[in-house]
Amino acid sequence: MSTILALQGLKKYYQTHKAVDDISFSIEQGSIFGLLGPNGAGKTTLLRMITGIFYPDEGQVLFNGQPFNAMEHIRQIGYMPEERGLYKKMKIGEQVLYLAQLRGLSKAEATQRVKYWFEKLDMATWWNKKVEDLSKGMSQKLQFVTTVMHNPQLIILDEPFSGLDPVNANLIKDQIFELAKGGSTIIFSTHRMEQVEEICDQIVLVNLGKKILDGTVQQVRTDFKENIFELNYEGQLLPEMVATYLFQVKASKEGSLTLQKDAGTSNNELLQYFMQKGLTITGFTEVLPSLNDIFIRLVKDTHSISRNFA
Amino acid sequence: MNKIILIAQREFLTRVMKRTFLLSTILLPLIIFGFYALMIYFSINGEDAIKVAVSDKAAILKGALKSDEDVSFTIVKDTTTAQLKQLLTSKQYDAYLVLPPVNTPTEKMQIVSDKKIGIASRQRIENRVNRVLEESRLQTSLNVTTSQLDSLQQEVELEYSTIKGEKESDIGAIASNIIGYISGFLIYIVLFIYGSMVMRGVMEEKVNRIAEVVVSSVRPFQLMMGKIIGIGSVGLIQFIIWFVLVFGLQLLLPLFFPQLGEQMQQQAAAGPGMMPGGSVAASSDAISKLAEIKNSINIPLVLGAFIFYFLGGYLLYASLFAAVGSAVNEDPQDAQSLLLPITMPIIFGIVIMTKAVSDPNSGIAVFGSLFPLTSPIVMMGRIAHGVGDTGIPVWQLITSMALLIGGFIGTTWLAGKIYRVGILMYGKKPTWKELMKWAFKKV
Repeated sequence: MSTILALQGLKKYYQTHKAVDDISFSIEQGSIFGLLGPNGAGKTTLLRMITGIFYPDEGQVLFNGQPFNAMEHIRQIGYMPEERGLYKKMKIGEQVLYLAQLRGLSKAEATQRVKYWFEKLDMATWWNKKVEDLSKGMSQKLQFVTTVMHNPQLIILDEPFSGLDPVNANLIKDQIFELAKGGSTIIFSTHRMEQVEEICDQIVLVNLGKKILDGTVQQVRTDFKENIFELNYEGQLLPEMVATYLFQVKASKEGSLTLQKDAGTSNNELLQYFMQKGLTITGFTEVLPSLNDIFIRLVKDTHSISRNFA
Repeated sequence: MNKIILIAQREFLTRVMKRTFLLSTILLPLIIFGFYALMIYFSINGEDAIKVAVSDKAAILKGALKSDEDVSFTIVKDTTTAQLKQLLTSKQYDAYLVLPPVNTPTEKMQIVSDKKIGIASRQRIENRVNRVLEESRLQTSLNVTTSQLDSLQQEVELEYSTIKGEKESDIGAIASNIIGYISGFLIYIVLFIYGSMVMRGVMEEKVNRIAEVVVSSVRPFQLMMGKIIGIGSVGLIQFIIWFVLVFGLQLLLPLFFPQLGEQMQQQAAAGPGMMPGGSVAASSDAISKLAEIKNSINIPLVLGAFIFYFLGGYLLYASLFAAVGSAVNEDPQDAQSLLLPITMPIIFGIVIMTKAVSDPNSGIAVFGSLFPLTSPIVMMGRIAHGVGDTGIPVWQLITSMALLIGGFIGTTWLAGKIYRVGILMYGKKPTWKELMKWAFKKV
């Protein structure tokens, strides 16, 4: 696998604060990459620099190993911004054709691609409608089509699922997987963690303009594990059984116990302890922290970073 | 470049295909023409012919009252009021006029009608009666004939010319003033109409968040230029259509109103003094005056300059309007205050133009027609006076054009910088100071 996009020491300072402060990471071709961060973390500024809308104050963006050149590389990128809109009074077919041509397709090519996608996503009847006739979810779907129809190598989706019902969200999700399988790289920017866990291979978490986390989803969750286990058992659990230095109980319900193991305790010790107490163990699994938990923890921790100029 | 054309095409087509465009472009001249035609129609066939019975006991008028198809006078023998009223009720006449039994009447005369008499007819009746009275007074008290009076009142025209031997008639000077005013004013209107059209377009794209989608595939500058060029073409097409329609319809006028020519001759003939053979003289006079206007104004020059200054001025201001549109959000009130520095020079332009029309070579007029922010308006005010020895020096025209081209490149560059920041900036409305920071800072 080769690196499609590399950011090296990107900085972008606004008049009052540092929007992006020295961020570097790279993205492998064909991966689904999650760019995470709370509102105002600098995600959009970062994406705008990747798409060449803003120039970085410092640092550079390498696209396929070459310094990013808007005129040359823009055709290889499909960007769906979070703040998105379409011409309300224009017919949908014409509008999509227009946007496709702006992205560098010839008219014939554009027509063909648009027909293909409209067919694929059940939108064939929309051609002569106007955007003002569409619901929010429908126009979201349309927006997705305009983003991917020119077969870009790099697809950047900023909050692609906001406003979509579960059926359409799944439809789009399937398309994202399919595109990634086809070799496209997808950058997926969001603050909705459950989607990231499901979709992304690699994530970067930014907050207050700085990168605070970088790795695969599995790696990150393992890194942040807190020795929490779920124990399923049969038999009577007496209160005195849990009064031990081996672990602390986080939650308990009939037949199941969530506990945090003490640092020095091994898994076998723990299991032996319960077996000696006469319980039948039916399940024992480690509970990794969700990205959501990690996210909230890290974001809280980084509140002390100053974004203002000293 | 390709993308600019693509964007311009969309801007052009969406506007031209709109129903409001068709209405305003084709209907407006038709409506103006319709009013015009209606006015002419009424002035020709304004009121029904009126038959006036004249009771002239003292025979002052001696039957000299001229009748025509609009008003006809008939001297009647009946003299008592009852008899005259009888004439009206029997519908033989529409009105009767009672002349006093004195030779030189000074008091009011009574005219009684069946229905009310319209203004135009009243005028005609009054004019004719008074003219006959005037003649008779001249004749009786001074013993002067009308032809003698005509020769007394004949005016001698002054012929104006410059030391280089070029003649310019009064009528030519007036015509170039009028043309200067009209073309300067048209440019002023163009700047406002199409400039604010650009501004509204930019605001719409920003508010609907389309800009963000589009600038991810084209440069912001391309988006701005495409919009400006697209709307400029709309304006040019609209003006050409207006021009062709107004002039085309004008030429059709005589077809609709064949009486028009006769009417003009009659009016000329009925001029004061009633020169013998006056009608022929008057019509040939009108024709020679038209020819004089044609000679004194270089029409291709004015048209060419109009198109140049139309485009140059539009391009110069449109990018500024675009910059303002990109800086504000939904609220049109915000735009108002930011627009002030843009509208000021346009209004100055109009003020200087009114002066330049009457005094095309004054210092302020020369300055105004060279300074690119006012030159489109002011130069149009001057250009009708011609270029060359008697009019504007050639170097001034060339400098003005070069400065305008330089000016619009400058404003477009500046506005492009503001635009690329503004179009993606939401929230508080910026001040001009901040806009200038955007313009000169690398983003």
